[in-house]
Amino acid sequence: MSTSPKITVATTWLDGCSGCHMSFLDMDERLIELAQHIDILYSPLVDNKILPESVDIGILEGSVSSDEDVEKARAFRKHCKILISLGDCAVNGNVPAMRNHFKLADVIDHAYRETATLQAQIPTQQVPALRAIVQPIHAVVEVDIYVPGCPPSADTIWYVLSELIAGRQPNPSAVTRFGA
Amino acid sequence: MPLPANRPNVRVVTLQIDGQDLSAREDETIIEVCREHGIPIPSLCYLDGLSIWGACRLCLVEVTGQGRLLAACSTRVTEGMQIQTNTETLQRYRRTIVELLFAERNHVCSVCVSNGHCELQFMAQMCGVDHVRVPHRQVSYPVDSSHEMFRVDHDRCILCTRCVRVCDEIEGAHTWDVMGRGSDCQVITDMAEPWGDSDTCTSCGKCVQVCPTGALVKQGTSVGEMVKDQHFLPILARRRHIL
Amino acid sequence: MNLDDLADLAKQYRAVDQQVTREIRVCVAASCQSSGAGPVQDALVTALGTELPDCKVKGVGCMGLCSAGPLVAVAAPDECLEEATLYRDVTPADADDIIGTLDGAPLERLHCPTNQPFFARQRKIVLEHAGLIDPDSFKGYVAVGGYAGLIRALSEMTPSDVLREVTTSGLRGRGGGGYPTGLKWSTVAKMPAEQKYVICNADEGDPGAFMDRAILESDPHRVIEGMAIAAYAIGANKAFVYVRAEYPLAVERLHTAIRKAKRSGFLGNKIADTQFNLEVEVRLGAGAFVCGEETALMASIEGLRGQPRPRPPYPAESGLWGRPTLINNVETFANIAPIIREGGDWFAAIGTERSKGTKVFALAGTITNTGLIEVPMGTSLRDIIEVIGGGIPGGKAFKAVQTGGPSGGCIPSQHLDIGVDYDSLKTLGTMMGSGGMIVMDETSSMVDVARYFMEFCMTESCGKCIPCRTGTQQMHSILDRLAKSQGTRADLLLLEELCEVVQATSLCGLGQTAPNPVLSTMRYFRDEYEAKLSDA
Repeated sequence: MSTSPKITVATTWLDGCSGCHMSFLDMDERLIELAQHIDILYSPLVDNKILPESVDIGILEGSVSSDEDVEKARAFRKHCKILISLGDCAVNGNVPAMRNHFKLADVIDHAYRETATLQAQIPTQQVPALRAIVQPIHAVVEVDIYVPGCPPSADTIWYVLSELIAGRQPNPSAVTRFGA
Repeated sequence: MPLPANRPNVRVVTLQIDGQDLSAREDETIIEVCREHGIPIPSLCYLDGLSIWGACRLCLVEVTGQGRLLAACSTRVTEGMQIQTNTETLQRYRRTIVELLFAERNHVCSVCVSNGHCELQFMAQMCGVDHVRVPHRQVSYPVDSSHEMFRVDHDRCILCTRCVRVCDEIEGAHTWDVMGRGSDCQVITDMAEPWGDSDTCTSCGKCVQVCPTGALVKQGTSVGEMVKDQHFLPILARRRHIL
Repeated sequence: MNLDDLADLAKQYRAVDQQVTREIRVCVAASCQSSGAGPVQDALVTALGTELPDCKVKGVGCMGLCSAGPLVAVAAPDECLEEATLYRDVTPADADDIIGTLDGAPLERLHCPTNQPFFARQRKIVLEHAGLIDPDSFKGYVAVGGYAGLIRALSEMTPSDVLREVTTSGLRGRGGGGYPTGLKWSTVAKMPAEQKYVICNADEGDPGAFMDRAILESDPHRVIEGMAIAAYAIGANKAFVYVRAEYPLAVERLHTAIRKAKRSGFLGNKIADTQFNLEVEVRLGAGAFVCGEETALMASIEGLRGQPRPRPPYPAESGLWGRPTLINNVETFANIAPIIREGGDWFAAIGTERSKGTKVFALAGTITNTGLIEVPMGTSLRDIIEVIGGGIPGGKAFKAVQTGGPSGGCIPSQHLDIGVDYDSLKTLGTMMGSGGMIVMDETSSMVDVARYFMEFCMTESCGKCIPCRTGTQQMHSILDRLAKSQGTRADLLLLEELCEVVQATSLCGLGQTAPNPVLSTMRYFRDEYEAKLSDA
């Protein structure tokens, strides 16, 4: 067991399918080894629901589609020393950004009225307001490491985290690409 | 414009590429010599068997004594030439060019029929493009599925004109061409009519095979299923030149 | 035919109008026509009637001071513009008054003094006939010594004599690049080919530039003569003038000039009874700026899409239809006849060490005397703008002058004393270009200027190479954000990087120089960019 303090990690998802987090879990038994080096302090995968003041590595999945996404991205940037864009949605907008070809009003209308079978209405409460266009995370906050892939494979995530744990700068292009 | 055909009595020159001493026929281009010796040079518009287009600018190299960067596809080797193919400056330029392409149209790799078999996708990885710094251009393009065998998705077109050239130079049909200017350029069939209505298209499918991305694909393919075969091209091209 | 025969012919043509002692010259070039020179000319003809047989109304080419048009000059046939009585802003209603005062003192209310610096400080070689002769008259051109250069070349010189003379003159390409004309000609001349071509590039497209238009509209034979001499020197028998369709008057006058020159044996087969043949054909550009780039221009002539191709091979080796091709700009060709007539040494004595001769500039923007001027190379910008151009109107302060069109840059006031030549402008981060000068006063925003030129390049990019096609579009969108005070420091850095990439990697000159207006305004007016940052 390492005696040095563990690297702290926070993750969350914005506009995405959570597939990148599933890919994270796909590291399977390697998660046990990972747990010797990192502490996940905040994540949809753990119970803690408060983003700690300072975290070593922040991992964001998904693109920026709503005002809430912007707030999450900004909070992560503020609290995390290293910020990772994980997956194509975070890196370049990917599938969520395909709605950019339509007017936002038409998109909302289609989702909540045209295709609704019961009580068609556009929600105004408890649903974050959508932004006019979907953007990658680096369009709203500075990002340090980009890990493309849809989703990036467990091997890719393992490689990136291992490099960071070892104090090296990972080169994600060596192991992954857009759409991988 | 096609380069003149190989001349019979051609001299052999020696040159240096990335510090490596090499010999080459003086009617060869830099990219041909590089490919022959396994020196990787990124390119998207160049394709062995088609005329030189010189438009993607990814194959630019540094040649000692030249004030400007030269395109490896359109520059012939000369005696004593000293070439650098992969300097930091070139890498930076190539990354930017690939980024500009990704921002120009809607290349969503994850849902593309060419995912995993796409030259643009491969180029991005090769050049180390892991994100795109410039904002997306946000212009919509149509898909033309009117042809019974093939489909054109302009959103994935990079305007390399391989389809235009292969159709004109190898198939001899000249169904494809380009209209518009600047970023509004678009490849068209006949006089910008639906592909399926084309009078000149022979449905040979060469354009689909040479297309580097998922812009020209076979009907009925799903994500990642469109695998292209370009081996026919140099063979056909050489047979044409024997005539 | 030799020079003596030509001189006899000129005498004969002059004799036709020997009873005329006074000419009323009306400018019929495009800018005066657009302000109503046509009706003025008609009114003058009517007012003159048949009472005064020694007086004649004559349409002439550009007199330069376009902002004061329509211009009318009254002079004896052998008097130049400076000796003439010049009238400005003439309307048809003024015709009777002008005719009425022919024998008396000049009409004060319209009088435009020709001793003012605008006229006195110019040195005219290219425009020596502009404003004097009728552009549609072949006889008028010959009468003032036209075609003497061609006849001298054909009757007294070998092609290599011509090449030597042009090389000696030190003439450099007036289209913008400043490539030595003699070297270009010699290269094409040395190419072993049966078929060669000469092309005159008249696809003038820089915003604010109208030098070539004025030359073609004022003195088309001069350009044809230059092309014929070039064709003789390099061994070509076919020439093209590629002129933009937006210049209908220039096109019409070119057609007329070619027809008349051919009818008189100065074009066509066995020119001047020698073995030299030359056909000149006019081809119209369809409105693409990029077709001013030589390889795109040639593609367009060939009937292909007007797009550039990689060089080498250069046109001198493989040009039109793969044949050696000489391609020069209108003003370059217009310099040839006097060089052959007067000798290369004469020409080389004018101008600066490395830029010989004169240069025609089109003054535009916020400047008192907008119009066309011709000055020796090396004339200072201050002389051009403050003395010849009359400075900034309305008491405003000078801010910058833009040269070189969308490929050039802006020069601020601290560099106004520099003498204008190819090399000095380059050191200032701009270029000579074809000769457009847009003067801007203190109210101009330099970020707006950069955005304007980038929009021009973006819409004129042919779309062939990626950096130009998409890079100009991205740079424009950043400049647009900056101009609207929505840009960030990160945008500014990205803009600088895109400038570098587009400059270094674009296929042709359009893309390679598209960042210049941005780079030059950033160099001299960076504070204006900084002031517009939203996160300053």
